[in-house]
Formats: sequence, C-alpha cells, structure tokens
Amino acid sequence: MEEVKLIGTWPSPFSYRVIWALKLKGIPYEYIEEDLSNKSPMLLQYNPLHKKIPVLVHGGKPICESAVILQYIEDVWPQNPLLPNDPHERAVARFWVQFAENKVPCIWRLFRTTGGEEQEKAKKESMEMLRALEEHGLRDKKFFGGDKIGIADIAFGQVAHWLEMIEDLVGVKLIEAHTFPHLHAWTKNFKQVPIIKENLPDYGEMLMYFKRARDNFLASRGPGM
Amino acid sequence: MKENFLFHNYCYVSVCFFLSDRQVERDVTTSYKSSTPTIEKLRKKEMGEENKVTLYGMWASPFVRRVEIALKIKGIPYEYVEEDLRNKSQFLLQYNPVHKKVPVLVHNGNPIAESLIILEYINETWKNGPKILPEDPFERAKVRFWADFLQQQFLDSLRSATKSSGEAHEKAMKDVFEKLTVFEEGTEGFFPNGTPHFEGENLGFLDIVLCSLFGSHKVGEEALAMKIIDPERHPLIHSWVTAMNELPVVKETLPPHDKMVSFIQSLRGNSLD
Repeated sequence: MEEVKLIGTWPSPFSYRVIWALKLKGIPYEYIEEDLSNKSPMLLQYNPLHKKIPVLVHGGKPICESAVILQYIEDVWPQNPLLPNDPHERAVARFWVQFAENKVPCIWRLFRTTGGEEQEKAKKESMEMLRALEEHGLRDKKFFGGDKIGIADIAFGQVAHWLEMIEDLVGVKLIEAHTFPHLHAWTKNFKQVPIIKENLPDYGEMLMYFKRARDNFLASRGPGM
Repeated sequence: MKENFLFHNYCYVSVCFFLSDRQVERDVTTSYKSSTPTIEKLRKKEMGEENKVTLYGMWASPFVRRVEIALKIKGIPYEYVEEDLRNKSQFLLQYNPVHKKVPVLVHNGNPIAESLIILEYINETWKNGPKILPEDPFERAKVRFWADFLQQQFLDSLRSATKSSGEAHEKAMKDVFEKLTVFEEGTEGFFPNGTPHFEGENLGFLDIVLCSLFGSHKVGEEALAMKIIDPERHPLIHSWVTAMNELPVVKETLPPHDKMVSFIQSLRGNSLD
C-alpha cells in the first residue's frame, strides 16, 4: 500500500475528522503536526491555495478540504464503510455533511463574540442549526449513520466535543437534555465509540488553547467592538 | 468603472441569491396546514410508477439547470415541476424541510436535495451513459475540490459583492476576480492539450457546475450591454464555457433568452438603491 501521511494540528476538529476515518478503517498513516504560525514548506507545497490543514498525502499526492478527504478515503478504502450502500441513503448522508460545512461554522462565529447583538445573532443561528439536526438529521436514531457512526457523525464531531468548549468560554448553553434530547444523547454516545474516545484532544488542554486564541482575537479587534 | 460593469454581469448568478433571500422572509409567515398529505402518502403516490423521476425547479435557477443537464446527458426521462418560489408548494416543503429550496430530485418517492449531491446520486444510480464523476479516486477528489471552491468560496465572494456598495463593493469585486484567477490557474492541469474540447456530450461534474454558473453570459451581455467573462483576463474559463455552450444539451437547458433578459432587468430595477 502506498504511504499515507496526514498533516494536521492537535486542536482542530477538521484534523480529527480525518484521523477518525483512517482509524475506523484501520489504515496506517504517519501523522505530522503542523505549526500554523510558522507554516512548513511541505504544507505550502501540498496546499498552495488555502495553506490549511488537514491535508492527506497518499503516495505523494495531496488531497485538501476535510469533506473531500473523507470521500476520498471512502473511495479508496471501502472496508468499514462510512457511507451506506443504498444510493438514497448515501445522498442523505452527504446532505448532512454538506450541512455541516455550511451551517456548523456559526458556532465559531459565536466563539468570537463577547455579547450584544452580535452574540444574540450567532446564538440564534447556532440554535437553528442544532434544531435542524435534532428534528431532521438525527430524529430518533442513535447516530446520524443509524446504529453505528458514519460520515455525517464524523462531520458533526465539532458539535460533540468542541461546542462544549465554546459554550464554556462564551458563557452560553446551547445543547441541553430538555431542549435537544436526541442531540444531547448523541454527544455522549458519539464520544463513547472506542475509536472516537481514544482520539479526542484533552478537554482541559483544548480549553486553555482556545481561551488563549479567543483572548488574542478579542484583543486584536480593539475596544468598543 | 470596468469593475462595476463586470459586477453587474454576474447578476445572473445573483438572481438566485435575491430570490432565496426573499423566500426566507416569506417562509416565516407561511403556515403549514395539518390537512396536507403526509410524506408517506406522497411516497406511495410516487411509488405507483416504477423509477419515476421528478425534478422540482425554478426556470431561472443555475442550480436546477445543473440537474437538468445531468439527467439529459444520462438520457433519464423525468417530469419537471416548476415551483413558484414566492409561494412554495407543500411538496417542496415536505421534500426539503431543512432548506426549502430547489432543486429537489424525487426518485421512487425518495427526495434528494442540494444540486451537487443530486449529481453524485445520478452518477451512482444510473450506471449507463457517460460517467459524471471520474472513476479514479484522486481525479474525483480534484473535481470535488474545485466544484466546492466555486460553490462555496467563489459564490460567497460574489454574494458579498452584490450586497455591498462603494469601497466595500470595489474590494469584494477584486476578490471575485482573484478567485476566478485562482480557479483558472488551478484547473489548467485538466486540459493538457490547452483548449477544452468535448466529445459528444461528455460533460463531467466540474463542467456542469461551471456551465451552470457562467453559461448564460450572453444573456448578461444583452441585459447589461457588456462582456461577462473577459477572454483576456480568464482565457481558460472563457474557452471552456464557450466550448460547452456549443453542445446541444447545454443549449436545450438554457433558460429562454428574452425571458431571462427581462427577469434580470426587473431584478436590477427592484434592487437598485
């Protein structure tokens, strides 16, 4: 098998999407931690357009954008499939991956707010997004993929682990058992899946890292914003 | 000044932004009647006809057009249902409750939403005819990457440009052109012989996406009296789109010319500050 490398960063949920996919399929790979404040020539060579992680390098060929990487991994290594067999079910799974790409970023907009109208707006968008997941995505299933996790669960990993950190730092609570019962249960169930449980950033370290990042961001924005 | 003209040319694509923005406002007040048939009944109705394919669309939408091109390339018979986006049907609201948008493809009673996902579905379900996506996983990843670039980053830039004015608009337009240049340079490798050329109607995923976004540039030319894609600035995109515009399947799916011209003019008329 050709060599597989993953260039990522330890706090990034997008990095973890790829780690989870590779580990669920039992694909051996070399992990390379990137310093985004001092980007390596390798990253710049493999992702000249966006200069971002994650980048999967398979046999020397780079694939960028985590959602594209997930599909690539599924195409190349069909064992332990992340997508269902049925074409319609596959389309539904892809719909939710697309939804994760388009709508989940609102939690990061919330992360960057301190209060006022801006925070209210980001909070409202986040709640709408979570409501869609609860009522249309998950409904009464254990996972988005049904009885076991699939590509959509992986795509929503941010909501299971990173959102809690955002809630702590911003001082808002979005997912509660009485407002989003299925989603609340899902966040617990998802993190209990062995591969996921063994491959998550330490919560305390993550909290510290993102607190520092948030403080730096807010300081650079200046007063009165 | 030239930047402003070219901005207006992209109004064709921004058609759907204006429309979809209005839809959101209207949907808040649209009440959902409890006597409306459930999705199960709808499914049974659809299932009554084996392999029935229905496309819910809107005549001016470039996203709907993508699906039509794909269905025609594959020779898949389908029923087309025109949606009035100011008064969405109960079918659309049931079939796409999350976004309430077109296109939606319904096959054997099962709805599929989001144009790129529909293209993947068509590719996987109907094995006969030309392949819409390459077989090789790496080539497939490249095509998905660039389609995603157009669909997300490029359209986001365009959206910012259409919603801004003055200095912010100038900046946004500069970003639009830069993104086109990135696309131009990034996709050169797809055409080792230089010029895009199509055998028969072998349009692929990225071709269809590009064609749907820029294929009607001649309409913009007439409506707004100027060039859409500058062949000097973006020669590859220009020759790519021009080559596709010659194909019968592309000509067939083009919205009626005069109707499109007056539609764009009326949108501009309604949206001018």
